Amino acid sequence: MRDNSYQAVMARKNAIMKSAVGLDYSQFESGRIAFDYEAMMAAPGLDIKKISVIQREYGVGNTPLHELKHITALSRKYAKPGFGARILLKDEAANPSGSFKARRAALSVHMAKEMGYQGVVTATSGNYGAAVASCCAKAGLKCIVVQECFDSRGLGQPEIVEKARKCEAFGAEVVQLTVGPELFYTFLLLLEETGYFNASLYTPYAILGVETLGYELSSQCKERYGAWPSAVVATNAGGGNLTGTARGMQKAGCESPVIAASVNLKGLHMASDQAFNRKSFTTGHTGFGMPYTTWPDRSDVPRSAARPLRYMSRYVTLTQGEVFYTTEMLSVLEGMERGPAGNTSLAAAFCLAQEMPEDALLVVQETEYTGAGKHPNAQLSFARANGVRIMSGNPRDEVPGESIILPQNPGQMACQEVDLNHLRKSLISKAIEGAALPLGEDDLQFLAEETRSDAAYVKGVINHIQEGSS
Amino acid sequence: MVKKGTWVQLHSVVLKPGERAPQVPQDTAQAPLEQWVKGWLLADAEIGQPAQVKTRTGRTVTGTLVKENPAFDHGFGGFVPELLEAQESILRASRGEDSHA
Repeated sequence: MRDNSYQAVMARKNAIMKSAVGLDYSQFESGRIAFDYEAMMAAPGLDIKKISVIQREYGVGNTPLHELKHITALSRKYAKPGFGARILLKDEAANPSGSFKARRAALSVHMAKEMGYQGVVTATSGNYGAAVASCCAKAGLKCIVVQECFDSRGLGQPEIVEKARKCEAFGAEVVQLTVGPELFYTFLLLLEETGYFNASLYTPYAILGVETLGYELSSQCKERYGAWPSAVVATNAGGGNLTGTARGMQKAGCESPVIAASVNLKGLHMASDQAFNRKSFTTGHTGFGMPYTTWPDRSDVPRSAARPLRYMSRYVTLTQGEVFYTTEMLSVLEGMERGPAGNTSLAAAFCLAQEMPEDALLVVQETEYTGAGKHPNAQLSFARANGVRIMSGNPRDEVPGESIILPQNPGQMACQEVDLNHLRKSLISKAIEGAALPLGEDDLQFLAEETRSDAAYVKGVINHIQEGSS
Repeated sequence: MVKKGTWVQLHSVVLKPGERAPQVPQDTAQAPLEQWVKGWLLADAEIGQPAQVKTRTGRTVTGTLVKENPAFDHGFGGFVPELLEAQESILRASRGEDSHA
C-alpha cells in the first residue's frame, strides 16, 4: 500500500505534478538560477488569436470597457486643476463564471481536454474554482475543487462558502478543508487518486489565458479614444493577473506602465487558524501579493508562469476599508454592483488618477461578481461577528485583523507606495540562496529580467547581501 | 437513520495535530486538518457514525456522517450602518455638499 503520510506524499510531488500538468519543465532549465521563461510560455504553441478563439468557445472574453464618468468627476474634486485621469473599467464580471479567472480556466480546461484527461482538479478558495468548474461544465469534464474554507471552529469564510456553492452549481465536487498549507497535500493525493489534470493558476496556459485581457483592453482603448491606456492598474495576489495583462498589452503593441494594487493585510499570518476569519479579503491582498512577487516559484508548479516583478512599474496598497468604500462608490455613482476584492485596483485608480492629467486614460482591468457571502454587507457583518471593529474614520488608522475603517469622505482615500527596490532585493536574495557565487552572466541577466533592472543592479544587490552576511 | 442514496456531508480528519506540516504556525499546528466532502450515502447510516459516500466525480470517500441534505445558508449578514453612511458620504461629495472636497 502506498505511503500517504504528509512527508511521503510531498516527496512524490514532482512525479505527481509531471503527470498532472502534461508539461516537462526540465526542458527549460539550465541547471542554475536561470531558466528559459519565454521558451516555457511558447511551449504550448498558442498565439493570442488562437487563444481568443478557444476562449470564445467557452463564452469567455470580449468584456465591455466602461468609462466611469461619475467616479472620474469625483476623483477630480480632490486633484489639482487640470488633473484627474479618465477612469475606465474592464468589466470582467461579464465572463460566464463572473471574473477574469474564466480566461485562465478556459485555456487550462481546453488543454486538459486536448490531452485526454477525464477531469480537472484545482486547489483554490477563490473565483478560479468557479471558473474551472464553469469551463469543465462546458467541456464535459469532471471537476474537483479543493478549498481552504473553515477555521478549527468549523466557521466558514462567507466569501469562500459562496465559491463552494457556485462550484457545485456548475456540477463540480468540492472538497473543503480547515486552514493550512497542507491543502496542497490533499490536492496531490486527489491528483494521484483520480489521474486528473492539475489546473494550476501558474502554468503557461493559465497566464497565456490572461494575455487576451491585456490585448483587449489596449485595443478597446485605442479604438475608442485613439490612444493606448496611459497606465493600467491590476489587483495583485499570485501575480498571474498582472503578468498576463502586461504580456497581452505588449502583444497589442502597448508598452504603458502596469501598476499593481493589493489590499494591505500586513501582520496577518496566512496559515494561521486564528487569523483566518479576521481577514475580510481572501484574495487580492498583500499576504499573497508580497511573497508571490518576490518568490514566484513558491507556487504549485516547478516554474511559475506568473512573474509579476518583470512587469510592474509601481506597487501600491489600499486598506480593506478603502476597498469596501470604493465598492460602494461603484454602486451608487455608476450603478454597478461588483464584488469587493476585485475593486482593489479601482480603489487604487481613484487615488492614482489624481496624479495624472485630465486627458490621461487610466484603465482598471477587472471586476468580479458579487452576491450572498461575497459582498461588503456580508463580509463586514462577518468581520464584526468575529471581533473586528468596523467604523467610519481615518483609513490610516486601520489595523488588519483588528479594525476596518471606512473613510468618512472620498478625500481620505490614499494609496500607499510599496518600495519596489525592496521587493527586487528580496527576490534576488531568495533566488541566490544556496547558489554558488559569483553568478554567471546568464544568471545575472535572468535576475535582471526578473526584477526589471540590469546586471549591474543585480551585482550591486548581491554584493550588498554578501557584505551583510559576512 | 439516514437512508442509502441520500445526499449527505461527511467529515474526516486528514492530519492529526502531530502530523501537520512543519512550517505551520503554532495555533494551526495544534488543530487537526479537517475535511468535508459531499456525496450520496452508500448504505443506511446514523448521524455521527462512520459512513461512505459516492461523490459527484464518482469517488468513494469515507468519513463521519455529519449532515443530511446539506444546504448553503450564507447570506448578506446583518445591517451595517457604516455602509449606509459610506454611500451617503460618497453621494454628498459627488453633489458638492461635502465640506472636505
